Amino acid sequence: MSQQTLDARWLLCPLPVIRTQDRVKELEVGETLEVVCTDPGVLSDIPAWCRINGHRVVECETVEDEYRIVLEVCG
Amino acid sequence: MKTKRKAVALISGGLDSLLAAKVVQNQGVHVEGINFYTGFCVEGHTHAIRKKDKAKPKRNNALWVAEQLGIKLHIIDIIEEYKQVVINPKHGYGANLNPCLDCKIFMVGKARQWIKENDFDFIITGEVIGQRPMSQRKETMPVIAQESGANDLLLRPLCAKNLPATLAERESWVDREALFDFSGRNRKPQMALAEQFGFDEYAQPAGGCCFLTDKNYSDKLADLWRTRGDKQYELDDIMLLKIGRHLRPKSNFKMIIAREEGESRFLTGYKKSFVHMQAISHNGPLVLIEGSPDSDDLILAARLTARYSQGRDAENVDVEVVNKGRQECLSVQPMLAHEIPSEWHI
Repeated sequence: MSQQTLDARWLLCPLPVIRTQDRVKELEVGETLEVVCTDPGVLSDIPAWCRINGHRVVECETVEDEYRIVLEVCG
Repeated sequence: MKTKRKAVALISGGLDSLLAAKVVQNQGVHVEGINFYTGFCVEGHTHAIRKKDKAKPKRNNALWVAEQLGIKLHIIDIIEEYKQVVINPKHGYGANLNPCLDCKIFMVGKARQWIKENDFDFIITGEVIGQRPMSQRKETMPVIAQESGANDLLLRPLCAKNLPATLAERESWVDREALFDFSGRNRKPQMALAEQFGFDEYAQPAGGCCFLTDKNYSDKLADLWRTRGDKQYELDDIMLLKIGRHLRPKSNFKMIIAREEGESRFLTGYKKSFVHMQAISHNGPLVLIEGSPDSDDLILAARLTARYSQGRDAENVDVEVVNKGRQECLSVQPMLAHEIPSEWHI
């Protein structure tokens, strides 16, 4: 399965969550999406959004001032 | 077999919408949440930009509420459509540039559209008669229902008993007797209900959930409209009004001065779109210049930039100015405190 990347840098929450939500709608079950952000709020919000909607957070890391979250689209 | 009815709840992230959704959910209705993002929403994350606030927990309260309720939440970007509400509200503004009644009508109208597209049966809000001076009054409750087009598809569980029965009550999708008759600004009934449901932690934003209710923010938006000559805005405009110290020394330009490191970092994302400057001989904030400054204006702005740097007491401060990709260094005398008229501060 392919992995797509969403650049959500310089967006403030909840915009990274909204962009993630919109992109996930276009993906198939099993595909992964990497979201790159600068708002630290995503570390709480994207995992919360995934839990509510039944998706899985695969990776979550902080690299200097950027936050990278990889999620897997689940059914 | 009895059909399980479906309702969408407008979730702001505050206590009232949490309780309203819970009350209906407890009656066996399938509830999902909807949260509208206008661009003016007050989020903890806006403050998270500031380095000094980094230790504070950051969360989106609407997502948190949905998680407590175990429901799906649909966050919908209405930034573009919402402009007409802010720019030209039919029912006018509140104490500041808050078009609360038009906002509620617009959001309930969007929810009406959403339930139609998604085959849901009715809409829930956490409104309480008398709770808010502009949008939650006895006279405005029917206005919202009618002008949004929701009419009797709109159920307000926390004050339903003070209002005529809606479709959900008449059709016995919900038991009206198990709904509430809250009214006024007293929060005790909501707090008691929260305790009954076992919610011991919830958001209680003091100034509501919208920047437009904030005087300082509204003053900056009014300044933006006045100096541009029309009531238009883009998302970046309204985001930048949330950040930094705003000074307008002359009508043709404004300075956005980061107040600390976190804001400087955030403003870095806008450097390409603005003339910007920063002290280089001393530590100092990143400053964006909005408008059309001439060369004398840039010197004035550089002196102000020096004033807000650690070189404020030095004889001269070197300020790097980047204007349309061209970089130059201005050596300037920092402006003195008494040279900055208070009316420059927006």
